[in-house]
Amino acid sequence: MEDILNAFVLLSNFVLIPALAYGSQLALGALGVTLVYGILRFSNFAHGEIMSFGAMSAILVMWGFQASGVSIAPLPTVLLALPFGILATIAMLLIVDRSVFRYYRKKRAAPVILLIASAGVMFFLNGLVRFIIGPDDQRVVDGERFIIRVREFKQMTGLDQGLALKTSQGISVLAAIVCVGLLFWFLNHTRSGKSMRAYSDNEDLALLSGVNPDRVVLYAWILAGSLAAIAGTLYGLDKSYKPFTFLQLLLPIFAAAIVGGIGSPIGATVGGFVIAFSEVTVTYAYKRFLAYMVPDSWAPEGLAQLLSTDYKFAVSFMILVIVLIVRPTGIFSGKTL
Amino acid sequence: MIVVDDIHMHFGGIRAVDGASITIEKGSITGLIGPNGAGKTTLFNVIAGNYKPTSGHVYLDGEEITGLKPHELFQRGLLRTFQIAHEFHSLTVRDNLMMVPAGQSGESLMDTWLRPSKVREEEERIRAKADEVIEFLEIPQVADELAGNLSGGQKKLLELGRTMMVDAKIVFLDEVGAGVNRTLLGTIGDAIRRLQQERGYTFCMIEHDMDFIGKLCDPVIVMAEGHVLAEGKAEEIMRNEQVIEAYLGTGLKNRPGKSAANPDGAAPSESNTGEQAS
Ligand SMILES: Nc1ncnc2c1ncn2[C@@H]1O[C@H](COP(=O)(O)OP(=O)(O)OP(=O)(O)O)[C@@H](O)[C@H]1O
Ligand SMILES: [Mg+2]
Repeated sequence: MEDILNAFVLLSNFVLIPALAYGSQLALGALGVTLVYGILRFSNFAHGEIMSFGAMSAILVMWGFQASGVSIAPLPTVLLALPFGILATIAMLLIVDRSVFRYYRKKRAAPVILLIASAGVMFFLNGLVRFIIGPDDQRVVDGERFIIRVREFKQMTGLDQGLALKTSQGISVLAAIVCVGLLFWFLNHTRSGKSMRAYSDNEDLALLSGVNPDRVVLYAWILAGSLAAIAGTLYGLDKSYKPFTFLQLLLPIFAAAIVGGIGSPIGATVGGFVIAFSEVTVTYAYKRFLAYMVPDSWAPEGLAQLLSTDYKFAVSFMILVIVLIVRPTGIFSGKTL
Repeated sequence: MIVVDDIHMHFGGIRAVDGASITIEKGSITGLIGPNGAGKTTLFNVIAGNYKPTSGHVYLDGEEITGLKPHELFQRGLLRTFQIAHEFHSLTVRDNLMMVPAGQSGESLMDTWLRPSKVREEEERIRAKADEVIEFLEIPQVADELAGNLSGGQKKLLELGRTMMVDAKIVFLDEVGAGVNRTLLGTIGDAIRRLQQERGYTFCMIEHDMDFIGKLCDPVIVMAEGHVLAEGKAEEIMRNEQVIEAYLGTGLKNRPGKSAANPDGAAPSESNTGEQAS
């Protein structure tokens, strides 16, 4: 019995909790991609770098706070800086929209042209971020690092197997719940949100009934920018912040959005967790888990790992390919906010 | 009220509208008929601002409106329905109707946060209006259904319902009757009549059902190959040799005044009989 409990704790510690936190970050990222797709009708390749920009802005402000001794311990200081990061990201997005995307929108360019333009924006932002903050790893976390520590957990439960819950993980999950809740409330219960859905459903008809397209596009960028800054900062808080990683993050984020059905916010949310859980479960070494669950003599010699963690991004790719073959519209048949 | 002056609308080599001039009198219910591909819908698209004409002018109450955007015209009380029903498929029928009135204060985030009571009041008013329209169209059972799940005929009703959400001056109806059952067609006819008489609406309607046209419309304009072929009272039109040749078909010659949609062997293939079967 205790072995089973231990096995469960082990799995929670190395699979369940990390995947929940990572899934929350992916879901927030994928929601931004999906919103932009639903309203502006192109796949925004710059989204990863927008997250990076948001996280960087928050970190810069955080340094300011740290230098002047402002702190909200035990919570990490970066949370206090996050609103500024969000504002900076929105401002940056509005400038980019004015100078790049609006031109193609007015010309009614094909989505693929906007997609290529967004790739250009991606490279530009990537350069800008590295120019400002440098290519190195930055430590984001401060304050109380853990909600539950391994030692405390062992004392509390008397189990051999310890469990740790990092503050960043708790915050990620909580932030995802709050953001997703707010977003859905906004889309389903406010007039502005309904205008956005209407615009996403049928642009011509929405225009006819006087829905202001500029306003809808503005809201889309505000929402996407906020979500991106939050997702990027949480990811940085949970791991560490490194400009380079956001290029790689683009794949699981798009995979999440597409798996759920691009354009569908519910899809993006669910997709984020599907991708996160797949990545973590496939790359986890089950050796110790099996050691708890089966008699000693059966315990595997190897790591019992399906795929090395080096290949974790391949998992998103595989899921993406499978979904596109089996159900190209995604779980929630996309293209509707 | 509406004057269309020598409109040409060309798509590459296709002359969809080729020099059409029509006048719609204030307070009239003007019918627009003609074979498939005559350019009727295209002419509507030009008038309602969906297309910019290759050449020609459109006037509303003496003012030039050529090339204005659809929503600008909408705000001036020029409404239209679509032959292929449009809807916000992920919104409920009620929400679809509630989207119609433009410039609602709830669309600005500022007002939503700062003046919630005003926004709520306005929303209540629009909701009541929407419920009234739903009642009128006899579709209360689908009021909370997603519009994407409606049947073809119900979507047509929703199209009509949309024009009833605001005070329109002139409404362009593109085959609202197609695919709607007989009883309801009568109700729609009555509604159009009532809106015209009680609220002073002007209508211009494209329809293939000659019965329906004959009962409601005066005058009737016939289009063929992008231009106006004839204009006059419904009875005259049905007796007009040219029109019979181009549109109504010879089967009617012996029985003027009868519906073109009557199955008659020689009845014209153009009238979409299939769609109107109830
Ligand atoms: N956007 C477009 N591009 C190219 N050709 C078009 C376009 N719209 C209409 N046409 C052509 O213009 C002609 C007139 O079409 P229109 O839709 O106006 O006919 P209609 O009179 O409404 O016919 P129906 O009774 O079948 O609805 C058709 O030959 C059609 O193919
Ligand atoms: Mg037509």
